[in-house]
Amino acid sequence: MRYIVARIVWALVILLGTSTITFGVAFLVPGDPARVIAGPRADAETLARVRSDLALDAPVATQYARYLGRLVRGDLGRSYATREPVGTLLLRRLPATATLALAALGVAIAIGLLGATVTARFAGTWIDRTALVASLTLLSAPVFWLGMLALYYVGYRWRLLPLGGASSPRHLILPALVLGSGTGVYYARLLHTNLVEVLGQEYIRAARGRGVGPVRLLFRHALRNACLPLVTVIGLDLAALMNGVVLTETVFHWPGIGRLAFEAVLNLDVPVIMGAVLLSASLVVTASLMVDLVYRAIDPRIRLE
Amino acid sequence: MKSDGLFRIGCVMGTALVGAAVFGPILAPYDPTAVVAARLAEPMPPGAPFYLGTDDLGRDVLSRLLYGARISVLVGLVAMSVTMTIGTAVGLTAGYFGRLVDIVLMRITDVMLAFPGLLLAVALVAVLEPSVWTIFVVIGLVSWTGVARVIRSEVLSLREREYVVAARAMGAGSARILWRHILPNILPTMLVIAALSTSGTILLDAGLSFLGIGVPPPTPTWGRMIQEATSYYRVAPWLMLFPGAAVLYAVLTFNFIAYGLARQGRAPSA
Repeated sequence: MRYIVARIVWALVILLGTSTITFGVAFLVPGDPARVIAGPRADAETLARVRSDLALDAPVATQYARYLGRLVRGDLGRSYATREPVGTLLLRRLPATATLALAALGVAIAIGLLGATVTARFAGTWIDRTALVASLTLLSAPVFWLGMLALYYVGYRWRLLPLGGASSPRHLILPALVLGSGTGVYYARLLHTNLVEVLGQEYIRAARGRGVGPVRLLFRHALRNACLPLVTVIGLDLAALMNGVVLTETVFHWPGIGRLAFEAVLNLDVPVIMGAVLLSASLVVTASLMVDLVYRAIDPRIRLE
Repeated sequence: MKSDGLFRIGCVMGTALVGAAVFGPILAPYDPTAVVAARLAEPMPPGAPFYLGTDDLGRDVLSRLLYGARISVLVGLVAMSVTMTIGTAVGLTAGYFGRLVDIVLMRITDVMLAFPGLLLAVALVAVLEPSVWTIFVVIGLVSWTGVARVIRSEVLSLREREYVVAARAMGAGSARILWRHILPNILPTMLVIAALSTSGTILLDAGLSFLGIGVPPPTPTWGRMIQEATSYYRVAPWLMLFPGAAVLYAVLTFNFIAYGLARQGRAPSA
């Protein structure tokens, strides 16, 4: 219980840290923050209003306190492209991003499990080595380029799947595959190392000696232990996944936070960009908190400590 | 033996890449910004005299790729140096001095790790003046965390070694111990993460360019070439095919080097 409280407090500290850095980026830039926040087309009157709204002539500490106050109330400022509150914009786009990220995570875990079991079974053979070079190649490809290749071949040339947008569940398949494949081969490599190690341990040999079949041995005995360390990285991987989300959503016109951020970049809509940054950092912090708590729940060795 | 193979392939690929970057302007058949195709607004497919085709503005794709190699390799290496400098400084300081210094630095690292690097870079570039220098610094600022963590854990284990303790007992100062006794021992690890972080910075730079906020025009960058190809990918797929393959090639080069080096280090003979 004490651990859980400490962990939650820690997550809050990290959140405070991320908002401090975001504040630093938005307010302490060289030049005129009012100009940055109000946008390049703002007139003198708007600039003056932004300046007094945000207390830009007050000391930094005061500005920071007010900034935090606004954040706690969920006020992330207004987009100067649409004049809508940034919080509303982000919340509207959140479900699409969550769907895509979860689907991609599912793809990644599936590829990871499959890849690791196959390469661990054939460890040291040409299959293992080919898989290594193939995964390094996939990890080296820019995700937006993979997306465009998928659109061109699967969507346009072979006409198997729709081209872009989000009007049906079928639209989810390509972006989820593209986004999840990189993380998937990365998981496969991690899991491969763990699995080879676990498969060499005494209890596996003992189980094999007792006559446990290969499939049951793999899934019931080896994989469960090999997967544990993987659980800890999934939370932090979400940060890397969010990078991919921005690029994948841009390529596939997927109406999520990433696409919103891209559109904000085109308009240099700083409040929206800052909101997207802060929201994704909060998602990462929340996810790694939950992963840590789940990890404690499923690994009895940690619980005992 | 096999690890040497990957490392060697990486080195050969790297030589070709650096060659293209250095001699690009000599090798390029055309001016990368000049309109050379006969017809405008109609990209020409690969074929002589434009071996990789022309883009929607009638510019030669091959020449643009070669000039782009320059900027990609430059950004990759310089941004990697910035990343390594920040990461090594933080990791060394935290690992060696420990206590409060370690706690504070690692907490800052944890906070930075919560940010998706690309999004934070987007935010930084959006509020700063876009230029090559901005890109160098911004990529360094968002990607040092991994380096710092690895270096710190290496230093933590080296700090207690007998020769370090002995050096300290003989009155060597912190600077001397770090420079003479710790740094040379983490050099192999540093080489691996330097190679890895080069591939990371090239990918990040391509991503920024793709989002339209990388190194500003008229310098041709691979990422922006792919971005410009998005409206034409159905009629002119070569416009995105070649620059993407170029990014893949450059990133793969440094991944091979990193992976080969890492496995060499782990080999029993080494």
